[in-house]
Amino acid sequence: MLDNVQSLSHFLPETILSVTILALLLVDLIVGKPNLKRSAMIASVGLGATLLAVIGGWSSSRAFGLFGGLMAHDPMGDFFKIFFIVTTFFVGLAATRARDAVDYSAGPEKDTESAEFYALMLTTTLGMFLMATSTDLLTAFLSLETVSIMSYILSGFRRRNRQSAEASLKYVIYGGVASGVMLYGMSLLYGAAGSTSFSAVRVAVAGSSSSMVVMAVILCLAGFGYKIAAVPFHMWCPDVYQGAPTPVTAFLSVGPKAAGFALLIRFFTGCIPSSVGSGLDASNPWPLLLGIIACATMTLGNLAALVQSNLKRLFAYSSIAHAGYLLLGLTAASAGGTSVHEGNLAITVYLVTYLFMNIGAFVVIMAMSDAGLGEELLDYRGLGKRAPLAAFCMAVFLVSLAGLPPMAGFVGKFYVFYALIAKGGTLMVTIAIIGVLNSAVSLYYYARILRAMYLEQPPEGAAPLTLSRVHTATISIMAVPTLVMILMWTPLVDFINRSLLQWLPTTVTVIHAALP
Amino acid sequence: MKRTSVLFAFLCASALASADEAKPAAAPVAAVAPAAAADFGSANIALSPRLSVSPKSIEFPESGGDQTVTITNDGNAPLEVKRVSVVQEQPVFLASDLTKTLQPNESASVTVTYKPDGKHKQSFGGLQIYSNDLHAAENPHDPASAHVTGVGLRAGTSWLLTAMIFFPLIGAAILLLPFFKPEHAKWIALAAASVPMGLAVYLYTVYDRTFAFASGNAGLQFIHRAVWIPSFNVEYYVGIDGLSVTMVILTALVSLIAIGASWSISKQLKGYFALFLLLETGMMGTFCSIDFFLFYVFWELMLLPMYFLIGIWGGPRKEYAAIKFFLYTLAGSVLMLLAIIALYYNSSATVLADGTPAKHTFDIMKLAYLNNGFTHIPPLLGIEFTKLVWVGLFIGFAIKIPMFPFHTWLPDAHVEAPTAISVILAGVLLKMGTYGIMRINFAILPTATEWAGFAMATFGTINILYGAFCAFAQKDLKKLVAYSSVSHMGYCLVGMAAFTQNGFNGAMMQMFNHGTITSMLFILVGVIYDRAHTREIDKFGGMATQMPRYAAFFGFAFMASLGLPGLSGFIGEALVFLGAFPTYKIITILAATGVIFTAAYHLWALQRIQLGKWNDAQWKDKTIFPDLTMRETLTLVPMAAIVLLLGFYPMPILQMIGPGLNDLLNHWGHVTGHLAAGSLAVMP
Repeated sequence: MLDNVQSLSHFLPETILSVTILALLLVDLIVGKPNLKRSAMIASVGLGATLLAVIGGWSSSRAFGLFGGLMAHDPMGDFFKIFFIVTTFFVGLAATRARDAVDYSAGPEKDTESAEFYALMLTTTLGMFLMATSTDLLTAFLSLETVSIMSYILSGFRRRNRQSAEASLKYVIYGGVASGVMLYGMSLLYGAAGSTSFSAVRVAVAGSSSSMVVMAVILCLAGFGYKIAAVPFHMWCPDVYQGAPTPVTAFLSVGPKAAGFALLIRFFTGCIPSSVGSGLDASNPWPLLLGIIACATMTLGNLAALVQSNLKRLFAYSSIAHAGYLLLGLTAASAGGTSVHEGNLAITVYLVTYLFMNIGAFVVIMAMSDAGLGEELLDYRGLGKRAPLAAFCMAVFLVSLAGLPPMAGFVGKFYVFYALIAKGGTLMVTIAIIGVLNSAVSLYYYARILRAMYLEQPPEGAAPLTLSRVHTATISIMAVPTLVMILMWTPLVDFINRSLLQWLPTTVTVIHAALP
Repeated sequence: MKRTSVLFAFLCASALASADEAKPAAAPVAAVAPAAAADFGSANIALSPRLSVSPKSIEFPESGGDQTVTITNDGNAPLEVKRVSVVQEQPVFLASDLTKTLQPNESASVTVTYKPDGKHKQSFGGLQIYSNDLHAAENPHDPASAHVTGVGLRAGTSWLLTAMIFFPLIGAAILLLPFFKPEHAKWIALAAASVPMGLAVYLYTVYDRTFAFASGNAGLQFIHRAVWIPSFNVEYYVGIDGLSVTMVILTALVSLIAIGASWSISKQLKGYFALFLLLETGMMGTFCSIDFFLFYVFWELMLLPMYFLIGIWGGPRKEYAAIKFFLYTLAGSVLMLLAIIALYYNSSATVLADGTPAKHTFDIMKLAYLNNGFTHIPPLLGIEFTKLVWVGLFIGFAIKIPMFPFHTWLPDAHVEAPTAISVILAGVLLKMGTYGIMRINFAILPTATEWAGFAMATFGTINILYGAFCAFAQKDLKKLVAYSSVSHMGYCLVGMAAFTQNGFNGAMMQMFNHGTITSMLFILVGVIYDRAHTREIDKFGGMATQMPRYAAFFGFAFMASLGLPGLSGFIGEALVFLGAFPTYKIITILAATGVIFTAAYHLWALQRIQLGKWNDAQWKDKTIFPDLTMRETLTLVPMAAIVLLLGFYPMPILQMIGPGLNDLLNHWGHVTGHLAAGSLAVMP
């Protein structure tokens, strides 16, 4: 474990990110004339430098405890940092042309708040960095709040838009409740362990009464579940996704969700013991608990998405459903043994595929509203003729989201279901069956968009749409990995595998004496 | 920490191994993390035998010969070597028998012999050594303990199937190039579909009709094999045997004919033909895949083009029909995905194409022949593992057949689909269901198949009778033909559920014949729809007076479909009944009554459309009914010729499918513990 001064050298990416955030705001102050392109450039240079710092400081297989164990510098953290940088970069890139975000008020004030927009995005990224590396209840809570507060502001970024303001307010209120509940759960864990460090909690609560630990974990899950939009903490999601500027929606649907899962992985494999209670009463309640949440999340997400007519709302429910699939991976991971690694691997692989397909889909929506199209399903009629490339890429993303081969989404789903089936047992097989049936249901609403784009005719007099170069490029960059990942996913999975090796089961096993 | 680093080393090794698909034949195997072996069992306190083998890999020259492997007991207790055998036993590779007890530090040698037959290169997975070394038994995938992880010669690589699978895809990519005009698309598609057809003809001439499982290479010919995804032991593995050869030929033929039948398509030509060719790639790939993962990818690959082909170019209710097809098929195949994963996870260790040891496998042949029907796996959800997985797989296939009660998507899809797509749908896609059942359910889970045999035969009979009765009631000619497909696919189910040589032959025959006959029927329906823009049977009458050539083909196809002796439809049905009767008496009698109803609705429809008086009230202007054009005739003639030829002389098909089906039946008999009662080989 490194002390504060030693830790600083391992804290370079975060430091660079902080400097970039300050630079964004300061340059505007000094130069005095806000400029969208300049802000975007500063942000991307900062992200690039952060990326280099992450790669340069790659921890290979070693794990360092930073700041006296508050955070970790380990391969998994580094992997997620790269993930967040990629997410932020592409969303930020597409946002340079998003009419409803940066350019929210149109007209002369066009560039006014671009620096703030990127500063907020990078601050969220910083929060996500901290979330993915927290190894202490305290840092977990603080980083989660950092991300949340930035998300509230970002979703209310269209100040003069009522929907945006409503979204922000809803987000704050639900978020406040969830944070409070989570804090209570954390205080219970702290009370039991006498320490906020994950590893200390893990050792301390292993023998305590199971009902207290289970209660504490359920309360904590309120906060985590809220971040990843899991049922029953999903209520904010559709309104916020619909009301927030589209780039923000794209960002929220991938970045904080992935950060939430990174934290969940650390929480369930580093903080919560795989069996609670003492002696013969010892049991592992987590698979059942998480399995129920996962099934509820994906079923509700998919069923609610079936009847949506607004695309952003539809994708909000779709992202709830995907949180459910990801929770299936966590369910497997919580079962202990080799499943820990398999489940975490499944979550991470799934997140990577989800990054490409979901950001891709949202950038298509962004590009379409930039080209003057609405966000309703009806507006997409005949898109295959009006904007062939965007429609084709959207089709790729949709099929991938539905989890059909040969798209990347299938690879993610395959890993999730493999983790469940490999663990075996009634619970795992049952939720796996519920999971695959859900993915069949999801096809229906994704196919509704396909149908609107290709099977239906464009409205009378509709002209072909022209896309900006930025959007065309982003969409294509997202579509290519979605299309070809199936051909060669081994390098990616090997890389993730190495990032997650620390979660391979340690040699600690509890041997129960056989009763006569 | 030590353990972690070992695993790390293993991952690195597998990452390295991923890049070398292009290894030369007869390549030796990279030793995988030999350090791993030293780590295990070092803390053994009790006395235990410890098996080690050297060399780790053996290699044969192309001319064959002997190689020696030394087995040493490194432990501190006597090692009993009970048996040494070649993985995936093949007569061309022999391991000398060794039953001996080795004292600590004692060695014995085993000779492995390779006798090449000169015609097909062979591969073998490695040596399995059965001993009392517990560690070796528990870690069969650990290369250091029990396996000689070597390949001898790899099975000869053939690019034939790969070309057949991917040529249509290349054609699709070419016709999408911007400098081709839409009118060019159909010609490019025709050329792209002609290549697989040409190759299919070549395949037909060179296919070795005597080659069976015992000949080696798991009975497969034209193998093309390489490691695809090392982290999941997925291979690109294609090959054909008696089960798939006729289907591959059928796919090439029907696709080419369907391109001809698509000539009248007028909107969005490029999109249509690109999707069509993508569909052909999917179908061809499904029939050729021997790797289960690859099979699944191709299986699902077909869904999308089919959805768009029905949804964009279909009839009035095309959107409903397209999504119904899509959802039904997907619902079935997601369960199949779980079943595939379950089979994979419970499969025994083997080696990949490049010699890497693999803990589990997706290789359908190894799943079938190295896992003894998965009977030893503990139950899941309170149900026997084999039965649960069998049902998961079967639902996916049954929806495709389509088996009652999963058939309701079929009439909708057929009625709305354009003619050529109906041809593909009935001619090829339905066969994937029955093919999948034979290739996967029968081969991998024989005991569960036996358990479900009666149910399959019952549902098959329901299909036959229900389909026939529904066909009776139809006013729409295309719907009538669609229900006749439901009825005819029932014969396949009954035939294969009988577990007899004749039943298998009949089912396979019926699959091929239905493909050709029903293609003709749908083309004929398309011809009349193009002219009249309606398919209502009652609006027609006396067509034979106006379109004599059309009437001739119509009558011919209907007679073939109802099973007139002398035409190919009869052969399949007759073999099915011959084969099924010894196993299921009453069901076969019931099923056979279907023949009467089949004849009845066919003849009734034929009479209403072709015979009688011209419907003057409906069709005043007779000139809208010109006789068959040259193009239409050309699409019908090849099918008619095949139907006629096979009706008199079915041997071309029976010879090709014989060895493969025989192996399947024998395998089923061995795993279930009895060979089928009526397994007399009537046909040579």
